[in-house]
Amino acid sequence: MLTMILKRFLMAIPSLIGVVVVTFLLTRALPGDPAAYFAGPAATPQAIQEIRVKLGLDKPLIVQFGRYVDDLAHGNLGTSLTTGQPVTTELRNRLPASAELTLFGLIVSIVIAVPLGILAATRPNSPIDHACRIVSTAGVSLPVFFTGLILVYVFYYQLGWAPAPLGRLDVFYTEPPHVTGFYLIDSLIAHDPETFVAALKQLILPALTLGIFSLAPIARMTRASMLAVLSSDFVRTARASGLSSYTVIVTYAFRNAMLPVITTLGMVFSFLLGANVLVEKVFAWPGIGSYAVEALLASDFAPVQGFVLTMAVMYVLLNLGIDVLYGLIDPRVRLEA
Amino acid sequence: MTDIAASAPRESGVTALIKHARYVLSENPVTGFAFALFVLIVLAAALGPHIVPYDPLASDTVEALKPPSAHHWFGTDQLGRDVFSRVVVATRLDFFIAVASVALVFLMGGLAGVAAGFFGGWTDRIVGRIADTIMAFPLFVLAMGIVAALGNTVQNIILATAIVNFPLYARIARAEANIRREAGFVEAARLSGNSDWRILTFQILPNVFPILVVQMSLTMGYAILNAAGLSFIGLGVRPPTPEWGIMVADGAAFMVSGEWWNATFPGAALMIAVFCFNLLGDGLRDLVDPRRRT
Repeated sequence: MLTMILKRFLMAIPSLIGVVVVTFLLTRALPGDPAAYFAGPAATPQAIQEIRVKLGLDKPLIVQFGRYVDDLAHGNLGTSLTTGQPVTTELRNRLPASAELTLFGLIVSIVIAVPLGILAATRPNSPIDHACRIVSTAGVSLPVFFTGLILVYVFYYQLGWAPAPLGRLDVFYTEPPHVTGFYLIDSLIAHDPETFVAALKQLILPALTLGIFSLAPIARMTRASMLAVLSSDFVRTARASGLSSYTVIVTYAFRNAMLPVITTLGMVFSFLLGANVLVEKVFAWPGIGSYAVEALLASDFAPVQGFVLTMAVMYVLLNLGIDVLYGLIDPRVRLEA
Repeated sequence: MTDIAASAPRESGVTALIKHARYVLSENPVTGFAFALFVLIVLAAALGPHIVPYDPLASDTVEALKPPSAHHWFGTDQLGRDVFSRVVVATRLDFFIAVASVALVFLMGGLAGVAAGFFGGWTDRIVGRIADTIMAFPLFVLAMGIVAALGNTVQNIILATAIVNFPLYARIARAEANIRREAGFVEAARLSGNSDWRILTFQILPNVFPILVVQMSLTMGYAILNAAGLSFIGLGVRPPTPEWGIMVADGAAFMVSGEWWNATFPGAALMIAVFCFNLLGDGLRDLVDPRRRT
């Protein structure tokens, strides 16, 4: 088991190197002269030259790359031009907001998609099967920012059930003392049910938006793999032995059907992390995605680069985690490794 | 079902294709519906600016933020521009971005993948490494980074959308070229003295082509979503150019105060276009490759 995790970890290293090289090349592809850009519009040629030397831009590309990797190793992602803050600090402060939203969105989507897929597979061509098909086709066709806006219009403007889509917590509440950075968990630790409810209210609509977007692949995969498992020999044997259909589906089929679904989670995370940026903009969510978007519009590249790098590293690690989880659940994978 | 179609007496290629198309359509009427929608989108893209009732850029402050009416079918925006005209005119730009990016990735990914599958060795390793590196990023995030670095233009949106789709095309083309490398007709061509490049161009490419075309129609929807997402966060298309993503972004501020039509109509247009491309892609796949039908 340990060898498998180690092997899989070694396989992630080329991906991480690729990610670092690409983010480095992206900075060097910036249009125009980065030194002139960092110096500002009013700079003299002399000042630009000084900045060029200071940033190491007069050195060969490979030396610049070495410097970049060295900075990364020290956790230095540069400084934002607009706020003057180090990018690493800002990303660290904002990451919990994005993580809470993404994870809650994923939970929402699993809670809806998995039962839907199972029901659709156990009753082929029933209304619930058609519903599953419609939901999974519509889910991939809906632009995630548009879903968010429609939800805001219906639940905030029309029904008045949801609070205004302005961030993680209503202005009347103070944020709970920082432990994990997840408001839901922190408010529970602080025994503050009111803040918990307020934070949950803010979280539900954006999480639902993300959930609707990502439930399509999960529902589709659950249905397909459940259908395959239900027609397999061991399920037929279990049925023939007179087990109740509940036992057959839940204890026998479900566990085996979940394996391909876990593999799809990698793709789902690619969707979720990207969609996160759009949802954060719609709901003014103070996460790393909206930080990157603000910086993008101000042509402030260091935060964007830090953001792309953080997201890619997280994605590589998530894929690693998924594969390890797969090995834990399915002993056959361990044997092959 | 497909066995019957395959074992039917051989007819000339075109009639057989039409028959098969009619069969697939009758099996799945949704594809016919999607095709009708597609024709509508193409018409709107081609004729849009000539048939709309108002100038999409002309503002009229007296008529600002009016709900849908007989004069303004989709209402007017905060500058009094006609939303219906803007939605229709925007079709051309969105459709162009999607087609251009898909055509670009078809060339890049298709050729790289076919070369990787046919030659193997170093070509294969390099193409595979590039694809793996792209796949290591969440795709939308990588597209954001590329547009931010290369510059905020429509061309770069097209390029970024093509790049993030590259692994998909390269892998499919590689697999298809690889299984045909040792096929009888390739061996025959080689024995009759054709060079590798000639075999690649005249034997392998024409065979991989239809499979990639299906892939193009399947990724069109994603390309439109990606481009609209980028312009929603303020990349690429600049106002006042009518484009669905940017119109939804403009209308977003009015959604909380109840002026729903500003964002809803362009959003719905976007959704319908993506829905149409996805259905059409599925239908086309049934037509070309009946085995993969789900």
